[in-house]
Amino acid sequence: MLEIQGINAFYGQAQVLQDISFQVGAGEVVALLGRNGAGKSTTMKTLMGMVNSTAGDIRFQGTPIKALPTHRICQMGLGYVPEDRRIFSDLTVLENLEVGKQKPRDGAPVWEAEKLFELFPNLKERKNNAGGQMSGGEQQMLSIARTLMGNPRAILLDEPSEGIAPVIVEQMAKTIQALKKEGLAVLLSEQNLHFAKLVSDRAVIIEKGEVRYQGTIRELEEKPEIRDAYLAV
Amino acid sequence: MGFYLAQFLTGLASASSLFLVASGLSIIFGVTRIVNFAHGSFFMLGAYLAYTFVQILPQGIFGFWGAILVASLAVGLIGVLIEMTLFRRIYRAPELFQLVATFGVVLVIQDLTLWLWGPEDQFGPRAPGLEGAVRIMGEPIPEYDILLIFFGPAVLLGIWLLFNKTRWGTLVRAATQDREMVGALGVNQSWLFTSVFFVGSFLAGLGGAIQLPREAANLLMDLNVIGEAFVVVVIGGMGSVPGAFLASVLIGELNAFGILIFPEITLVLAFLVMAVVLVVRPWGLLGRPDVVLRGSAGPAEGPLQPFTSTARLVLFGGLVLLLAAPLILGDFEIVLLTDVLIFILFAVSLHLIMGPGGMVSFGHAAYFGLGAYGAALAVKYLGVNMLGGMVLAPVAAGLGALVFGWFCVRLSGVYLAMLTLAAAQITWSVAFQWQDVTGGDDGILGVWPAEWVSGKAAYYYVTLTLVGCGLFFIRRLIFSPFGFSLRAGRDSPLRVEAIGINLKTQQWIGFVVAGLFAGLAGGLYVYSKGSVFPDELAISRSVDGLVMVLLGGIQSLIGPIVGAVSFIVLEDLVTRLDYWRIIFGSIILFIVIVAPEGLAGFARRFLPQKLAGRDLMGGGGA
Repeated sequence: MLEIQGINAFYGQAQVLQDISFQVGAGEVVALLGRNGAGKSTTMKTLMGMVNSTAGDIRFQGTPIKALPTHRICQMGLGYVPEDRRIFSDLTVLENLEVGKQKPRDGAPVWEAEKLFELFPNLKERKNNAGGQMSGGEQQMLSIARTLMGNPRAILLDEPSEGIAPVIVEQMAKTIQALKKEGLAVLLSEQNLHFAKLVSDRAVIIEKGEVRYQGTIRELEEKPEIRDAYLAV
Repeated sequence: MGFYLAQFLTGLASASSLFLVASGLSIIFGVTRIVNFAHGSFFMLGAYLAYTFVQILPQGIFGFWGAILVASLAVGLIGVLIEMTLFRRIYRAPELFQLVATFGVVLVIQDLTLWLWGPEDQFGPRAPGLEGAVRIMGEPIPEYDILLIFFGPAVLLGIWLLFNKTRWGTLVRAATQDREMVGALGVNQSWLFTSVFFVGSFLAGLGGAIQLPREAANLLMDLNVIGEAFVVVVIGGMGSVPGAFLASVLIGELNAFGILIFPEITLVLAFLVMAVVLVVRPWGLLGRPDVVLRGSAGPAEGPLQPFTSTARLVLFGGLVLLLAAPLILGDFEIVLLTDVLIFILFAVSLHLIMGPGGMVSFGHAAYFGLGAYGAALAVKYLGVNMLGGMVLAPVAAGLGALVFGWFCVRLSGVYLAMLTLAAAQITWSVAFQWQDVTGGDDGILGVWPAEWVSGKAAYYYVTLTLVGCGLFFIRRLIFSPFGFSLRAGRDSPLRVEAIGINLKTQQWIGFVVAGLFAGLAGGLYVYSKGSVFPDELAISRSVDGLVMVLLGGIQSLIGPIVGAVSFIVLEDLVTRLDYWRIIFGSIILFIVIVAPEGLAGFARRFLPQKLAGRDLMGGGGA
């Protein structure tokens, strides 16, 4: 579904990503793990064309997407939920969903506002409230729902469990499992290994902009030294 | 009573046209963050195109309104063309570039209009079926005015529906907050921006077209209306359409009644109201605190470097050449060189607050003009000698900067820029309208230097000395702790406040110092020309300063000097030609697009690093 081959990225003169390669298969949930500042968000932004990569190749369903503008990448069915949610705070919940709306796509689940309200009941109650009036957890749900309105085939979730209440984190895990059941490929960035274990099939660990480890979640659990080296605070 | 009602209705009718222009400006700003000077030019084109289409289309109601519609649509398309070819390239550029680029468009459109329609005012027809007047409480009110009174609110309703009840409107409102995220949700921002530009330009064209039966199409419409439209948008709150409506009515009525009460200062009134509103409600009546746009921050500036020995040598050589100039050059060249020196000081003083200070001023001409008028008035009324005039010039400008600066440093970004513009327009209006004291449009004549410096070369040496001292002082200031705190405040106001520096005070001092030296430049100017006119305070003089800073490149200390030299020489060459505005405007556009880092920065790319990079430019860095 998503193949990343040897990409890099710079902020000014500083190199923040170096020769990153990994894959996300159809219907697979992959956790991108690493500490603060390891390069997780930058990797996602590079996939979306929001940060430029000067080397390597990114393919989505076999098509190279590295040179495409962000909106074209999204229109191909790659959804993106940013780290800080980026809700349009002046727009109502329904209007936020409207912005994300795209035409249905072959081979991808089709989402309508009503179907999303089943997944996120909190949003239904507040559908006419302004996005800015909602709690952090609700904004996180709205951000995911908004991206799902584009009927994506794969979705990038940047730290969905960050800064929200434990109850909501559990709900978030269920949501990701539901998305997987619908057949979506998910790339999830996380610092919270516990959360990642709940939902992911495989893990990719990056540190200082480089991939340090790739394997199944199960394998990772059997190797505490890797966990301690790259993930422990 | 009836008279006042009539006056009130006239105010409302004027408000409608003003609202159309201002709402377009506000919509474009809200989404693209571009403060579009050329918006007034779209208004003017709307009036001229309507004039032409009325003649082409069959006479009658349908022909008249058809012409207005076609003209507005045509202006919308012109807006799209300009957006796609020019503005698309500068969305991520700093405000200064955008502003100067749009001013380049103003110049080009001015000359194109002159070329197509000629210099005479073009009188449009009256609206068929609405030629008469109705009597309300005994006073005749033109029927067309009554129509306009309803037209404004109708357009407000239309815009509201468009923005709140359509998918397009939802996308536009979302893009106003976070354009990058809108792109990440699959929306093509480029087309969204272009369509917004179409709507905004269409509204400006419509505003100009419906004004045709009330006001002949003329070549001064563009800058006249843009000044008022800025005021309206700032009072209402940038990006707020209902705010623009409210403010248009306010300004329309202010003009209608102001002319009865204070006929002397009608032009000042609007700008005074704007200044008051900005101080009380810094984001306008219905606006909101300036959001920091995501993904649009410019690159950080490198640290400034002191002169090296090579640079000192180059400087010394330059100074020797300048000292020897009168021995080599003729009178004409010496006068030009004197001008160059004066405008170097003007540009460097502007650069002090814009570069190291980080405060974009759209109205630096105010201090240049205050200096010039300060000296001229002192000569005219107090009979002071040249020494007195030369002292009074910077003092007058410094006092002006002290007052205006107190207000201005309370704001930042576009609002700061708008308030500096308002300040400059206030001084311009006073000089222009207060004829008994300032001579109005006729200016003040007979301000000549003292006997001992009446020769061109002698005056040149006076200028060289004063400008040299000014430059030396400003440079020392930038490398002093005061300069450090200014630059730190530009890069991070919060952190500077957090380490115990009162940034507003520092910026205020910076404003006053810049004003002092601009005033000194103004004083030198008035004695070299022997006269002063309101033009020295006008928007275009402020833009001259901006273009100089931009030409040279804002990121280096030598930039404004290079910029002022190139500007004055270029102006001297170009203004001798017919249609010089179109040439000058094109040069500005070319520079903004091809050499956005200015001539000094442009040179740095090609000259050897050692010469151009750190030493001479004093800029350098990443």
